[in-house]
Amino acid sequence: MTTTEKHEFPMARTCPFAPPSAYEQIREEEPVSRVRLPDGWAWVVSRHEDVRTVLNDRRFSADRQHPDFPALVKGEAASRRPDEERLLIAMDAPEHGPARRAVLGEFTVRRLEALRPRIQEIVDERIDALLAGPRPADLVNALSLPVPSLVICEMLGVPYADHEFFQDLTVKTFRQSTPPEERMAAMGAIQGYMADLIAEKEQNPPDDLLGRQIVKLRAEGTYRRSALVGMGLLLLVAGHETTANMISLSTVAFLRNPEQLALIKADPGNTLNAVEEMLRYFTIIDVASARLCVEDIEVGGQLIRAGEGVLTLGHAANRDPRAFENPDELDVERSARHHVAFGFGPHQCLGQNLARMELQIVFDTLFRRVPTLELAVDVDDLPFKDDANIYGLYRLPVTW
Amino acid sequence: MKIIADTGKCVGAGQCVLTEPALFDQDEDDGTIIVLNEAPEGELVDKAREAVLVCPGQVLSLEE
Repeated sequence: MTTTEKHEFPMARTCPFAPPSAYEQIREEEPVSRVRLPDGWAWVVSRHEDVRTVLNDRRFSADRQHPDFPALVKGEAASRRPDEERLLIAMDAPEHGPARRAVLGEFTVRRLEALRPRIQEIVDERIDALLAGPRPADLVNALSLPVPSLVICEMLGVPYADHEFFQDLTVKTFRQSTPPEERMAAMGAIQGYMADLIAEKEQNPPDDLLGRQIVKLRAEGTYRRSALVGMGLLLLVAGHETTANMISLSTVAFLRNPEQLALIKADPGNTLNAVEEMLRYFTIIDVASARLCVEDIEVGGQLIRAGEGVLTLGHAANRDPRAFENPDELDVERSARHHVAFGFGPHQCLGQNLARMELQIVFDTLFRRVPTLELAVDVDDLPFKDDANIYGLYRLPVTW
Repeated sequence: MKIIADTGKCVGAGQCVLTEPALFDQDEDDGTIIVLNEAPEGELVDKAREAVLVCPGQVLSLEE
């Protein structure tokens, strides 16, 4: 087969408020096309409809431990351990469904709604501390990181006192320049920490998510510590880093678009809709939803063969004019709920409704309590995470 | 109009409940879909259409 790969992936954003500049051309001219990866090649799929097809079809595997799964980082494939237990995000049917359903009861809309007063309290406490402290302040450390970290720690039963340990390791894990062996070591350190914590909980399971999982799975006769360690690790890491970045980026977007901010301040009934639009607009996890084709299938008119890798470009899909009118405009009043910022299909984000609630409470509370909030530096001087697999901000200096 | 739910495909994301709690609920143990009202009328018809559009497992369809 003769083919040329015009583009190299992963591709960095050149503007914090837009996808990488080549995405539009790819989506409009060659929506399913081959691209170069650090160690090989893969298909990219860029249109909204096609991304949804790939992410909700069993002919695409999520098995990140498979040697042929597309690697975004040079040398990463060599560090895989196909015999090792898979995290939930790397499981396929029929293993995936039961493993996911085991924890889903903790994340139902009704269950999360009961956490709302506590999340509000956490947000208020952090804003009290922010207002009592010096100006300018770093919003990442004052609010964006502590809010979701405190919430997920309380849910799981992880001591918040250890937050610097797991936050630093998480940032290291998602930084593209971290060498594979260091990434493995960082993950291993969080894993070891979680294993110790869970071993302790096994003695007398407490009434927290991890403790309840031990009780429930023991009763079903399916409890294995290693599986719960993987689940705990995933929930802890995914539960703080993603929401933290969304809080920071959305704050910048609101401050740059005061007319959009005015709409949620005038009517907090608009805030949840604004949350969806911010999720769509930033799509902080973009190429992370890679898949391995395990059975030939045609997507967007292109035959993809078993054994070939696919990257779904969530950010291209979320700016697809076929799915969203004036897609490059930030419009908190639009109906954006069909975005793929949380992914799509059986692996769609487990904690999405927790994230929505956290963002909703932060937006409503931050701009009400700190109405004069402003950036303390130029947008151009903000340290955006151009080098990470989850987009965001390292620091966000603000004043009021 | 009738809501058809292929519940075996449900991924438990809860997007339907978030769309309209008068039409949908989730099993409290495993988060999977429970249709509370199969035959929406009036404003609930639009909500049912929205739920079809956002469901990540493409579980829902409508019989017009």
